[in-house]
Order: sequence, then structure tokens, then C-alpha cells
Amino acid sequence: MTRAAAAILAALCLLPVAASPAAAAAPKTSLPDIEDEVMCPICGTLLELSDSPQAEREVAFIRRRIAAGQTKSQIKDALVAEYGDQVLALPRGSGFDLSAYLVPIAGFLIAAVALAVAVLRWRRRGAASRAPAAGPTEGPEAERLEADIARYDL
Amino acid sequence: MSGRSFFAFLAVLAVLGLLGFGLLSKGSAGVDIGSPAPSPELPRLGQRGTGSLADYRGRWVLVNFWASWCGPCRDESPALQRFQDRYGGHAFTVLGVDTRDLSGDGEAFVREFALRYPQLRDGDGGAAHDYGTTGVPESFLVGPAGRLRLARRGPVTETYLSDYVAPLLGAGAKG
Repeated sequence: MTRAAAAILAALCLLPVAASPAAAAAPKTSLPDIEDEVMCPICGTLLELSDSPQAEREVAFIRRRIAAGQTKSQIKDALVAEYGDQVLALPRGSGFDLSAYLVPIAGFLIAAVALAVAVLRWRRRGAASRAPAAGPTEGPEAERLEADIARYDL
Repeated sequence: MSGRSFFAFLAVLAVLGLLGFGLLSKGSAGVDIGSPAPSPELPRLGQRGTGSLADYRGRWVLVNFWASWCGPCRDESPALQRFQDRYGGHAFTVLGVDTRDLSGDGEAFVREFALRYPQLRDGDGGAAHDYGTTGVPESFLVGPAGRLRLARRGPVTETYLSDYVAPLLGAGAKG
């Protein structure tokens, strides 16, 4: 009896471990998780903000696929197959669409470098303008300066 | 021109180019009466393969943009099928284009209304954009030479079909 109880306990402990790989392979998704990442193509707005007849059909399409156990990625692929890439609220992170992410980053970096160069130049100009003007080092002016320093015993 | 001015000029040119591209790509297309009608290659609804308006060159074609979620499309479909039954043949056909719709819903719509004229699928709305549609349903009568002869914004009715479309079909009409 004790052995049987221990075996059942051990089996119960192992159940979540056995189930976890399957769960990881097919993560559950939900309608709110998808409808803020896809568009209602006719309305030109996010699906979550749309209540048009076309949006209702699209929501029903997503619900059916969630019920069938499909992942978010599979459902989005199915939507793209139906409506084309324009159904995605965000461009895909590959191919030409990758430029939608890279161009702003490149623009930011270029602007940062340009700003840094401009600041450095302004600082150099400011330092140059604050530097004392070179005094006379020779000639009558220099002689008069030396005479004045000697007279006032500076 | 100094190097600095040249780069400034290039930067301004690039910004203007981007703005121009944005405006042009957002602009709506369209086709005028008498102009060649767009003929994009589209998948057939509920069947394998593709088709286009060009497949019907030599015939009058009433290109009808519709979607299963569109109420007025439901209203006009029986009239379109009756018109096809009467005039469809070697000289004329209705060509349905299911636009921005789920293919399963579109196929169910075709079954529900027993539509027997050819159907194409325009999932991303590209063809509808080429014709300059502003919604569904909209219908365009294209002549045998592929030029647009009539444009109807909104649902067609028996009266519209008999008063405007049928007379143009002329001697090629059946029945």
C-alpha cells in the first residue's frame, strides 16, 4: 500500500514535467494578444479598435484558429495568406521590411554623431575666442612694456 | 558649390524625394471611362490557378467587386446571377472579384447565392485599388477591347442592368 501510494505520488510529480515540453512547443494565445498586432484592412485601424462587419469576420477567423490550438505566429501567417502583409500592424523583421526598424536607428545614430561633432566644434571655437590675444613680443611696443614693468617693479 | 553645400543639397533632395514617394504611394489609383481597364492576375476563388480580365478579351465583362461581409453585395447578387443567366456566353460574362475577404467566407457566399459566373480573389485589395474603388460593391463594364465603358459605385439593380448594361451588349447578347 505504501509502495503504491509512493508510485502514484511520483507519477503525479512527473506529470507537469512531461506536459511542459508540449506546452512550450505550442504556447497558448488569446484574442487580445493578437488583435492589437493586426489590422482591419477595410477600416485601416487596429483590429481591436474596429467593430465593422469585416472586423467581426476577422475576429471570428482568429477565434476559430485559437480554438483549434494554433499559435499566434500560425494565426498571423494565416491572416497574411488571406489579406496580404498589410494585415500586420507592424512590419515583419526580415527582408525589405527590416528597413522600417533599421532606418530610424541609423537616422538616430547619424543625428547623434552629427550633434556630437557640432558640439565639439562649438566648444573649440568658444575656447579659441576666450584665449587672450597675443601681446607684442618685440618692437617698440615690447620695449615700452618692458620699461613699464621695470618702472613699476612688477 | 562647396562640399558642405553639396551635402545639404543632397539631404534636402532626399527629404523631398521621401515626401513625394509617400504622397504618390498613398494616392488612389483609378481608371477613366474609355481607358484600358486594369487586368491583374488573381487567384481563382475556391479553385486552383489564377485568372484575369485578360482571359475574357473579346467579350463584354461586368467586373463586380464584392465581399461576403457586405450587405448590399448580398442584395445585388441574385440580380447579377439572373443577368448572367440571360446574357452570359461567348459575348458577355459577369466576373466576380471577392475583395478584402476571407476565402472561406467568400466561397460560402458563392454557394449561398448559387453564383455560377467566374470568381477571382483579391485578398489584399490590390485590384480594387487599381480600379479606384472606394468600397463594395462596385461594378465596371469592360468592352471587348478591354476598355472601361461603365462604372457603377454601389449595388447594381435589375433596372440598372437592363437600362445601362444590356443595351451596350448589342447584337452579342443572348436571349
